[in-house]
Amino acid sequence: MSITRKDLRRIVLGDRQADRVVPPTGFTAQLTLFAAGAMAFLAVFAMALSLASGRLAARWGDELARSSTIRIVAPLDQRAAQTEAALRILETTAGVAFARALSDEEQQDLLAPWFGADLDLQTLPVPRLIEVIEEDSGFDAAGLRLRLAAEVPGAVLDDHSRWRAPLVQAANRLKLLGWLSAGLLGLTIAAMITLAANAALAANAQVIAVLRLVGATDRYIAQAFIRRFTLRAFGGAVVGSVLAMTAVLLLPAASDTGGFLTGLGFQGWHWFLPFTIPVLAGAVAFLATGAAAGRALKRLA
Amino acid sequence: MIELENVAYSYGGGALLSDISLKLAPGSFHFLTGPSGAGKTTLLKLCYGALLPTSGDVTLFADDLRGLERDDIAMLRRRMGVVHQDCQFLNHLSVTENIALPLRVSGRHAEAAGDDLTELMAWVGLTHRADALPPELSGGERQRAALARAVIMSPDVILADEPTGNVDWEMSQRLLRLLVELNKMGKTVLVATHDLSLIRAAKSQVQARVLRIANQRVQLAGADL
Repeated sequence: MSITRKDLRRIVLGDRQADRVVPPTGFTAQLTLFAAGAMAFLAVFAMALSLASGRLAARWGDELARSSTIRIVAPLDQRAAQTEAALRILETTAGVAFARALSDEEQQDLLAPWFGADLDLQTLPVPRLIEVIEEDSGFDAAGLRLRLAAEVPGAVLDDHSRWRAPLVQAANRLKLLGWLSAGLLGLTIAAMITLAANAALAANAQVIAVLRLVGATDRYIAQAFIRRFTLRAFGGAVVGSVLAMTAVLLLPAASDTGGFLTGLGFQGWHWFLPFTIPVLAGAVAFLATGAAAGRALKRLA
Repeated sequence: MIELENVAYSYGGGALLSDISLKLAPGSFHFLTGPSGAGKTTLLKLCYGALLPTSGDVTLFADDLRGLERDDIAMLRRRMGVVHQDCQFLNHLSVTENIALPLRVSGRHAEAAGDDLTELMAWVGLTHRADALPPELSGGERQRAALARAVIMSPDVILADEPTGNVDWEMSQRLLRLLVELNKMGKTVLVATHDLSLIRAAKSQVQARVLRIANQRVQLAGADL
């Protein structure tokens, strides 16, 4: 059954006469509403998870790819000299856009979550960190390592790729899983509506037989069922989506200390995406009921 | 109007009807009789397209039944009034709404037929039951409501399957009079019944032909009934 504009208009505006032809149902209607709402609620979360993972993967891939760190591990009296030497090498290295040693305060801030803010760095052989920002072309890490090994024995270059790659991969997988879940939820709505529609068609076999006898076309009969289930799926999904979006909105805002978990939610135009769920649920219900009604009606004389 | 040519019908096991040729001319009044299980209902179903013949041709309003789509059959039903043996209604709608159902499903508004509907309700004597639900009706009232529903679209043909099956003699006389009146208005009428006294009663009111199903075939019964 193809969707014509007339069908859509009838679905939206309704034909109260046609609607009344099928007896009203109380309990099963509420079940359909509830199931559609629950599915939409879960779909919004799956969507939020996917989008957050996608953002995380993009951030890790983007920011970390362009920065590296050099650790200067040396006795306290040689640390400053080796740092200077490393910075001089970096200045003459092609592909390095910017390099600077972190100050004591900055290093203290980095260590504060683990050792507390009162730590006196002067008493500990904490390595000095040098932050290196690459140009887009990147630099030759192996060559830089060789030069550093020759001139600054205490320098260790960490270009982050070792631990970055699996994280980005994990985030991308999570994103994929999120979309897969949303897709599965959509299919589950279709399956559930098909079951409910089949049950309704079977329960109303006598009504359908009477309608056929008095000259109703298949389209007219199917319409009464399609309209019901489309509106139920749409209505349930609206409620479910709104509740889920409220829940997402009430999650703690993204912050540096919270890390990944607090980033779950929608940003910018992504807030628009959950609104597509009720429309999709309605479309899925429309097609599923249409198919179920088509099959059921063909079996009747 | 309705033409059957060498029609046979069999349900899985054996043949129920075979080699049946029948022609219902416009304005004619036919009775279809025969023992229970002889195939009266099956023959009627062939006449309104609910069944396809196993062999032979059924022509309804000059259209070959085999060539018709489901929607074409729906359109044909709007030109035929069918009164079922166990008349089925939509139990959640009132009697009036049930009688107006053919109008509703064909996209005409019941309001437009307001006067006709009132008149029709009065004609079948159901005005006082207009707002009742079908399960609240007596057997005779159900039959009359079914007849009213069958004729509201002003069909060319009326097919009635045992319309007097569940009602007493007086009520069956009343239903018969309604059918005779319809026939006098030019409708083609085919009534399946096993009630021979009903057929005898009809003979004095209308020129009715009697078809009898016996040995899988339809024969024109003599005047000796």
